[in-house]
Amino acid sequence: MLTRFFYTLREAGVPVSVTEYLTLLEALEARVASLSVEDFYFLARATMVKDEKHFDRFDRAFAKHFKGIEQVFAALEAELPADWLRKLAERHFTEEEKAQIEALGGWDKLMETLAERLKEQKGRHQGGNKWVGTGGTSPFGHGGFNPEGIRIGGPGGQKRAVKVWEKREYRNLDDTLELGTRNIKLALRKLRRFAREGAADQFDIDGTIDATARNAGLLDLKFVPERHNAIKVLLFLDVGGSMDAHVRVCEELFSAARSEFKHLEYFYFHNFVYESVWKNSWRRHAERTPLFEILRTYPPDYRVIFVGDASMSPYEIVQPGGSIEHWNEEAGAVWLQRLTQRFQRHVWLNPEPEERWDYTASIGIARQLLGERMFPMTLEGLDRGIQALKS
Amino acid sequence: MTQKKFEGTERYVATDDLMMAVNAAVTLARPLLVKGEPGTGKTQLAEEIARSLDKPLYRWHIKSTTKAQHGLYEYDAVSRLRDSQLGDAKVHDIGNYIIRGRLWEAFASERQAVLLIDEIDKADIEFPNDLLLELDRMEFYVHETRELVQARVRPIVIITSNNEKELPDAFLRRCFFHFIRFPEPETMTRIVGVHYPELKRELLAEALNAFYKLREVPGLKKKPSTSELLDWLKLLLAEDIPPEALRTDDPRKALPPLYGALLKNEQDVHLFEQVLFLQRRQSRSP
Repeated sequence: MLTRFFYTLREAGVPVSVTEYLTLLEALEARVASLSVEDFYFLARATMVKDEKHFDRFDRAFAKHFKGIEQVFAALEAELPADWLRKLAERHFTEEEKAQIEALGGWDKLMETLAERLKEQKGRHQGGNKWVGTGGTSPFGHGGFNPEGIRIGGPGGQKRAVKVWEKREYRNLDDTLELGTRNIKLALRKLRRFAREGAADQFDIDGTIDATARNAGLLDLKFVPERHNAIKVLLFLDVGGSMDAHVRVCEELFSAARSEFKHLEYFYFHNFVYESVWKNSWRRHAERTPLFEILRTYPPDYRVIFVGDASMSPYEIVQPGGSIEHWNEEAGAVWLQRLTQRFQRHVWLNPEPEERWDYTASIGIARQLLGERMFPMTLEGLDRGIQALKS
Repeated sequence: MTQKKFEGTERYVATDDLMMAVNAAVTLARPLLVKGEPGTGKTQLAEEIARSLDKPLYRWHIKSTTKAQHGLYEYDAVSRLRDSQLGDAKVHDIGNYIIRGRLWEAFASERQAVLLIDEIDKADIEFPNDLLLELDRMEFYVHETRELVQARVRPIVIITSNNEKELPDAFLRRCFFHFIRFPEPETMTRIVGVHYPELKRELLAEALNAFYKLREVPGLKKKPSTSELLDWLKLLLAEDIPPEALRTDDPRKALPPLYGALLKNEQDVHLFEQVLFLQRRQSRSP
C-alpha cells in the first residue's frame, strides 16, 4: 500500500523518485517515526517533498490516500470501544447497507473480525513489516462496507480536531511551473564564450612558473584578468495580444537570460518590429526607443534573439501602414531586414508549436525573412537556436 | 546504538515537523536541506543541533565565488614556490601545502560532527552537483597526494537555502527537506518567552499585535521576521517603553517606536506611513 501511496504522489504531480521512496522505507525500518500518523506524515513529507511549492499537492495526495487510515493508527494504541463504534456505524448506514451487514453474518461477527484484524496488524507491525500497508487488505471491502465507511475514530477519543494535512497551509506556495528556469539557464549557458578582459587581478600560475624559470629561478609573479562571459545579447520580446497565452514561458526565458548574461539589453514590441520599440510597458507610448538608435548604438557582435509567435495578418509584415497600432511609413519586413543585416547572429524563438507553423501565413513570411532561423520555444528548440547563434 | 533525539533547546523552539526532519536526517545520516524566509532561524538550527546533541560544529559559509573544491582542500602553490626559492626542506612534501577545507575537517573529526553548509543557493548553479559524490559517499580523493579521505563518522550535514536559485534534482533526491514556516502567534509567543522570559505580558501582547499588523501591510519589500522581532523587543525592553505606546491606532503617532529594527528599507517605512495615513483618514470620516 505504500507503493500505491508512492504512485498516488506521482499522479498528484509530486516529483518523487525511487531513491526517496527507499529512503522512507529505510527510515521506517530505523524507527524514526513512532506510532502516530502525524509523525509518519512529517517523515514522509521531509523525505519525499523537496520544494515547499509541492507541499500542498503532497497534503492533498496524503489526505486522499490515507483517508480513514489514520484512525487505524489510533486504534493500534487504544482498544477499540465497540459500543461507541456500533452507535456511530448505525448512524452512518442506510437501511440497505444494514441489510447487507446482516447477510454477512451480523454486526457482532463483523466487529469481531475487525478487532482481530486490528490486533493482527499490531502484531505484524512489531515484527517489523510495513504496517500501514495492511489496512488495504481488509476483508471489509465487499458488500459496500469498508473502514472508510464506518469511520472508526472520528470525533471523541482522538486528540486533534483538524489533521495537519487537511489544513492545507501551503496552498499559495503551489505553482504549476513545469519547465523551470534552471533548464533554460542551462541551455543558455551553452552560449557562453569566456574572454579575459579588464584589470589583471588573478594569479596566473602557469605564467608565473614560466616567467620564474626564464628569470633563472627568481620569483616573478604574473597576473591575468578574470574570465568573463563575453557574450552580449539583445532581446526583443513580443507582448500583448496573441502572446498573452505564452506570457509565463517568456517570463521564464527572460529571467533566466537576465541572470546568465552580463550584457543583456531587452526591448518590447507588439506583433512585429517597426521604427521604434520600448523598454517599459507602462510607459510604452511616452518612452520609445527608435530602431535606428539601436542600430547605431550596439556593435554588430551583439547576438539578437526575437521572441514572438509571429502570428498576425500578413499585411502587418509586408505593407507600409500595416501595423494595427499606428501608421508605419515603412513595412515591418524592411525593419526586420535592417536588424538582421546589422546583427548577423540572430534567431527568432516562437512559442507556438512547430507543427502548427505551416498553417499561419505570417509565420512563413517571417521565416523567409529570417532565413529559416526560427526555432520553437522548447528546450530542444532553444538548443538549436543557441547553436545557430554561436556560428 | 541509540541516538539522542533532537527536541529543540532552551534557546530554540522546534516544531514537531522540524524535529522529525532533523531526527530522520540524523538517524539515516543524510543531509538535511532547510529553506524558509530569511530570519526564521535556519542557520541557528545547525548551531542548536550541535549544542543539544553535544557535537562539534563546522560552518561553511557559501559566497558567489565559492567553489566545491574550497570545501575539500586547496593546494597552496604559491607558498611552495616561495619555499623552494628559500631552499626550505618542507618543499619536498607536497602534503605541507594542502590546506584542508571545512568538509575535510568535518570528515576528520574524531566524534560525529555537525557540518553547516550555509546559503548554498549563493554559489554557482553547478556547485551542488559538484558535491554530490562527496555528500553521498562522504569521501573524496586528493590528487596531489594520492590520498583518499573518508569520513570516520558520517557527519550530520545541514544545508540552508534562501531559494535564490533552484537546486538540481539529483542533489535534492539525496536530502531530507524542511521548510521553516513563519511561526503562528502561539509559537511566536513561545519563541519570545524563550528569549526574554522577563518580558511583561501586556508588552508582549501589544508588541506581537503591532508586529503581525506590520507583516500584513501589502507590498513590503522585506517583511520583518522572527529575528527582527527579537531585536525590536530587546530595544523596547532596553528603552522601557510602556505597552500603551505600541498601539498603532494611536492617531498622534504614525509609526511604532523604534521601528528601525523592524523595517529595513526606506521605501517600506514610507509605504507603512501611507497605509497608516489612509487608515486614519478612513476612520475619521463618518
